[in-house]
This record gives sequence, C-alpha cells and structure tokens, in this order.
Amino acid sequence: MLSVEGLTKRFGTLVANDAVDLVIKPGEIHALLGENGAGKSTFVKMLFGSLRPDAGVIRWEGNPVSIETPGEARALGIGMVFQHFSLFEALTAGENIALAFEGGGTGHGAIGARAREVSETYGLPIDPDALVGELSVGERQRIEIVRCLMQDPKLIILDEPTSVLTPQEAEKLFETLERLKSEGRSVLYISHRLDEVRRLCDSATVLRHGRVVAHCTPSEETAGSLAAMMVGEEVEGFSRASAAVDHASDRAVLRLNGLSLPAASPFAVPLKDIDLTVPAGMVIGIAGVAGNGQGELFEALSGEVLQNRADMVSIDGSAAGHMDIEERRALGAAFVPEERLGHGAAPAMALTDNLFLSRHGTDSALFTGTLGSILKNKLKAVAAHISETMDVRKGAPDPHASALSGGNLQKYLVGRELDREPLLIIVNQPTWGVDAGAAARIRGALANVARRGGAVLAISQDLDELFEIADAIAVMHHGRMSRPIPIEEATREKIGLLMGGADPDHAELAEMQA
Amino acid sequence: MMIALNKRANPSPLFATLSPFIALTLTLVAGVILFLAIGKSPGAALYAYLIEPLTEGWSLHELAVKATPLILIGAGLCIAFLSGNWNIGAEGQLVMGAIAGAIVPVLIPDFRNLLTLPLMLCLGMLGGALWASIPGLLKAKFGTSEILTSLMLVYVAQLFLDWLVRGPWRDPAGYNFPQTVRFPTEATVPAIDYASGRAHWGFGIAILVALGLWYMLARTRRGFSLRVTGQSPRAARFGGFSPGRTTMFAFLLSGALAGLAGIIEVAGAIGQLRPVISPGYGFTAIIVAFLGRLNPAGAILAGLVLALSYLGGEAAQISLGVSDKIARVFQGMILFFVLGCDTLINYRIRIAGQSSGGVIAETPAATTGSDQKRDIDAAASAVPEAGRHA
Repeated sequence: MLSVEGLTKRFGTLVANDAVDLVIKPGEIHALLGENGAGKSTFVKMLFGSLRPDAGVIRWEGNPVSIETPGEARALGIGMVFQHFSLFEALTAGENIALAFEGGGTGHGAIGARAREVSETYGLPIDPDALVGELSVGERQRIEIVRCLMQDPKLIILDEPTSVLTPQEAEKLFETLERLKSEGRSVLYISHRLDEVRRLCDSATVLRHGRVVAHCTPSEETAGSLAAMMVGEEVEGFSRASAAVDHASDRAVLRLNGLSLPAASPFAVPLKDIDLTVPAGMVIGIAGVAGNGQGELFEALSGEVLQNRADMVSIDGSAAGHMDIEERRALGAAFVPEERLGHGAAPAMALTDNLFLSRHGTDSALFTGTLGSILKNKLKAVAAHISETMDVRKGAPDPHASALSGGNLQKYLVGRELDREPLLIIVNQPTWGVDAGAAARIRGALANVARRGGAVLAISQDLDELFEIADAIAVMHHGRMSRPIPIEEATREKIGLLMGGADPDHAELAEMQA
Repeated sequence: MMIALNKRANPSPLFATLSPFIALTLTLVAGVILFLAIGKSPGAALYAYLIEPLTEGWSLHELAVKATPLILIGAGLCIAFLSGNWNIGAEGQLVMGAIAGAIVPVLIPDFRNLLTLPLMLCLGMLGGALWASIPGLLKAKFGTSEILTSLMLVYVAQLFLDWLVRGPWRDPAGYNFPQTVRFPTEATVPAIDYASGRAHWGFGIAILVALGLWYMLARTRRGFSLRVTGQSPRAARFGGFSPGRTTMFAFLLSGALAGLAGIIEVAGAIGQLRPVISPGYGFTAIIVAFLGRLNPAGAILAGLVLALSYLGGEAAQISLGVSDKIARVFQGMILFFVLGCDTLINYRIRIAGQSSGGVIAETPAATTGSDQKRDIDAAASAVPEAGRHA
C-alpha cells in the first residue's frame, strides 16, 4: 500500500529523519515506535504533506508520489487524526465536520447523513448538535476519527491516540481499529505504549535518534525487548565522573514513605505507595516512559499538591507532607519543574523578578528590606552571578524569561536554585529540549550538589542522562516506583523492562538469564 | 484583501505608552462624528465638553470632587485586575462603605469629636471590604465566577441603601424625603478652600492612596505576588504564593478602597445618605483602571480624564441642549478604544492579500489570545450592561 525508502529530513544540523525505510501492507496495523524526539512526528508530517522531505521516495500503491500539501495526501487516501485536536470549541460536532468539506459541493444535510452513517457503521457514537467545547477528550477524538473516515481513506495515521484516553475509551478505539483493518484499510499507529502495540499491531518500525533501528512483529517481542530497541541497547562509554557514592552518608535527606496520591483528573496518574530514600551525597534518577506519574510525583514532592499524611514525605528528618512549597524550601529543598515557562518562570517577567520568585522566602533577609520592599540591586547582583556561573547567554542585561532560549533559561533556573546551595534538589527533566553544551553544564552542576554532600532527585525520560549522573535508578510505571537499582547493577535491558511494566522480580530474573 | 493581526515576539514598549493616547484621540474623532450626526458644531461641542469645565475655578473644584472616588476605586481595581481578579462590583462596595461609615452620624449622633471622621472612614473601608469579601470567598473556595457575583451584589447593595433611607434611617425631621439626617461638621470631610469651591481633602487622600499602591505594586513582595499571580498563576504557586490568599487580598483591598470612596463621597460632597449616592463611579472606575494602564499612579491621570467626562456631560447639556447621557457615550467609547488599542501592544496589524484557503484540519483550532485577555473582555462587556441599571 505504502512504502517509503530513504526518507530524510534535516533541520539545520539536526538530522530528524535519517534514511527511514518503512512498508505498510494493505489491511495491517503498523506501529511506529520511539521515544520522545526520536523523529516519529517528523516522519508522519512528511507522509501527510506538512513537511517536505530532503531526500527519499514515497511510493503509494507502487507509484512514486510527491505529497506537497495535506490536501494532496487526503486526495491519495491518507487520513490523519492528530494528537492535538483541530476542532473549533465554539461550534457543534456537525459544524466542525461540515467545515472540513467546505467547497466540496455537498449540502449540509448530505454531510450530516454521511456522518451519521459513518458513526453508526464504526460504532463511534457522536451527537452532531453537541458543542465541542462541552465534550470530553474521548468524544472529541471520535469526531476527528469520523471526519477522517468520511473521506474514505485507505491509510489512517493516528498520532498517540490513547495518550489522552481513559482505559475504557482506549478499549473502544481498539475495536474501531480492528474493524477498519477487517475492511482492508491500513493504520499507522504511533505510540510509545508497548502493551498496546503488542496487542494491536501486526508489524512495527522502531525509530531512535531519527534512524530505523528495527522492523519487527510486536506479538513476537516482549515489552522489555521493544523498550530496549527504543532506548538503545548499545552501551556507549559513559563518562562518569568520580563516583559520588564515596560521599554518600546515612543521612536520609528525602524519604518517601508510602506516598500515595489519588488522580486529580481523569487523565492524571495516581501515585501508588511509593517508598524511596535519597541519602546525602547521592543522585537518584527516576526513569520511566512519559505519563507514568512523573509530573504528579514532582508536584507532590514540591508541595504544590499536599499529602494526606505528613510522614509520606520527609525532608531532612522533618515530616513535610502538610507543608507548602515555601516551607519545604525552608527545610533546604529546591525544585526545578519540567515546564520552564509558566511554571518554573513567569514568561513576561525579567530574570531578576524570576530570581525573586523562588527565593523571596529563603533569602528574604538578602532580597527584601523594610516593609517587604524589594532590593533590586541585590537581585541584579545575584542574577548576574548566576548568569556568569552557569554561562547563561542573553541579549540584554535583564531580559524577560521568554526572551531566553530553552537551554539558557534552564541553565538560569537550575543556577537560581543551586546558588543558594540547597541540601536537596528535585529536578524534573533537567535537560529536556536543551542543547548538548547546556545539558553537560546542567548535569555537571547537579552532580556537584551530591559531591558537596547534598542530595539530588532527577526525574528524566533520557536514560543516557540518568546513566551519566545517577548513582541509582528507580523506574516509574503506572504511578508505582521500583526499588532503586544501583548504577553498577543497572543495565538498559533491566531498566527497559521496568519501564515497560515488568514487575521488578521478573526484571532480575531476566538479568540472571542474560 | 484582509486585515491580519500578527503576534509580536515581544510586547511593544512604544505602543504600551502610546495606546491610551491613541485611544483618547480616536474617542475625539468619534466624538466629532457623533456631534456632526446630531447636527451640532463639533468645534463648539468639544469646547463645551472638554475645555469649558477647565476654565473656571469652581468647576476645577468639581473636577476634584468627581475625580476623588474615581481615583480611589480605580487604583484599587488596578490591583484586583492585575492579579486576575475581576472585581466589577465596586459600585456596590462603594454603597456598602457609605452605609457602614454613616452608622456613626446616623445611629450615634452624639459621638462628636476629633475621632468621628477617622472612625467613619475606617468603618467605610470595613464595609466595602466585607461586601467585596463575598465574591472573593466564593471564588477562592468554590471557583465561582467573580465577574457575575460581584456585579450582582451591586444591586443588592443599592436596594439595601434605598430601603434604609426610606425606612429605618429616614430623617424624622426631613418632611418624609428619603434621606438621612445631614451629617454634623465633625462627621464631614473638610473642604480644601471653602471660599472657592466644594473640593475636599478626600482628593488628597485619593492621591496619597494611589501613590502608596503604586509603590506597593512596583516595589514590594506583596505587589510582586499580585503581579505574578495575574500573569502566570502556576509560576506564582511555584513561588509559594497561594492563589486563594491573593484573591482574598485583592478583593479586600479593592473593596476597602471602594468603601472609602463611598464614605468620602457622602461625608464630603453630599453630606447625608440618599437613595442614589453615585452616578456610577464604581463602574466608571473600571475604565479609569484600564485607561491608567492598570498602574495606580496612572489611575490619577485617568481619574481626572473620566471626571472631566462627567463634567463635560453636564456642561454640554446646559450649553448645547444635548442629553447628559452623552457622558456615558464618551466613557463607553474611551473603554472601547483603550481595549482595542491595547491589541497593538502585542500584535502588529498587517494588511494581507487573499490567504490561501487551507483546509481547517491542519490548523489547530485557534484560541483567541490568552485567558487574561478573554477575562478582560468579559469584564469590559459587563460594564455597559451594568451602566444601564445604574
């Protein structure tokens, strides 16, 4: 049906897709697997005409084609359901569907009838008169799928369709996909949820760093072997600095004792009975596929979400479960959230203001005078010091946070916390979307905290990063956390298995067999 | 051909400064068209409306009298709006402040000494703050839309005042007029200069309050927490500023200042409670806050401009024979143009040719502007609605 040879796309010096080959047969569900940033989105954008490949051939039913626009892709018979929906919230479901067919010459009534027919045939109930703004995410996705199916596509591309669905909604989606398959249509299914892929897909292509690392049959693989393909089995030489473990002591700087947290929304992950100790002098890494409770864990630790029992979280011996973020900072903790703009920093505020944001309590003696007046000169001096230490490059002396590049802002935000020499620093995705130079500096700075006797908890999806800085790695899956595996015993296979949801005993078994 | 708005990479500091002035100019242009349409000479009309009130001593006094509540309330609303709390019920808080402050001269008329007036001012602030705490609490605890609750409470307050002055608080020696006793001298805000006009020291208080709030907002930790909460609520939470506490502070402060404006108005300009004590100062102050760029110091200038629109309305009625509703029309146009011109700060206007009619599916559904912008529009659109009833 569709075959792709040597498809390549470069953004500047970054090769997002490097000679990708892929074949989709009629009537198969084909998985495209890979970690965040592996090049999956770039690839499907080229198939759908949103991006133009730099090299390579796309063959559609045997003939080479060049797909310049999404309209051409649709005309060929390629339909796509996006991860982020493209519906107008203020319009009804029916109006949203009709909009896609504007100018097609079909009347509104005919479109409505066809939409009903499609939604009944595929078991995708939609109410054409409902306002999209009032519908759940699952219902919105159904509208998107119906709209896509009304164009009678031969190949349907689904981008992370279940990432926004509850398990029950996902189940219904799978039934629909099976039905499409039985009609001889093909599906390209993009996901990093391995259990789904193993259950549903007939074949899979695995991408890593923009390259195809494997074509395989998911049902013949294990979750662990798929995870290993995604994250890379080859063990490269990690340039670990001197073992920080030498500095480790028995002092438990952070202790989680049965930390549980109900899900705040239908799409949040509940935290289940997490036990963990982060001793002084150590970097503990938390690995896991995105969306397994890492964000929820960070907010629970930072005190943005409080715990039911005070002793669920202890910082340096004090039960902190009922303390807010400022009180936890006062105990010596520092936090760097995943989202830089809008969480770690206020985008439209100057760097000095953003310094005050997280330090106004712990450094009130330094930064505020009588009546709570802000001492701008002190802020400027400290901000300049941070910028110098962390090599923050900026266009103006005190620009808005949003004016900095992602890497430079992250260096500033990490530097902002390290500058007060915290006892404990908790970082979520320390180098997400950051260039290599900045990433190295940030990792070095975090390792230094442990070296001078502090404790670091680094939550990251980047296994390379964790192997580089962590002294032990624990894995989160569905809101549970494995016991930390000391770095000497940790292998990618083992971590990969845990990320795929294997229970820890099984992981050890697999290691013994290996 | 179509006009497109392109988002600027950074807000333009030039237009941030110019925007109120462009808005005032556009208001004048629209005013000229308006006067032409009703057959009046625009030159004479604008002179009567804008210049004449500034040519005489007594009318300058009137300007100060009318600017006093506008500045007080407007400065408080700057704080509320900047922190993302859309208190549009200042008119009701003004009324409750006036009632609370009037407790002293009406219910304990024998308490007459140097403390009478300070006590009244304090009670006035307390009354306004308590009334504002209702929408504040509802928002902080239950997430209720403060735009609706604060606005609806205006009518409750106004009707309560109406009932009081027609019922229990009516002056027994007042020939059945719906009004309280006249406040004694000790319960009156003293005039600045009796000989030349009515202006009272409330004007001085308003200026001091506005400058104080400017300092708080620009230079203190409290002001910082308000600004960051309005701009980026999640970052504010990360900084340790509780959104609920910020909401309560913003409502209590803006309510207290509206209450202070209310008691100063009755103890300064009017001298007693009547069924209607304000020509919509609490609503007009919303325009003051926006025209003053949500800067309490800017609210001083904006308060004077809006006070002039009230005076001009009266003057135009006398010398041109047009309805004094013209004042409301001008106020509405100012707000309309201010909000419109603010678009220029974040967007560049581009006149483009026919854009290629792409299919909807590849553009993510556009959400217009930020939440804050939407809220501003919602708050603003409620103003004329409220004005009709006031």
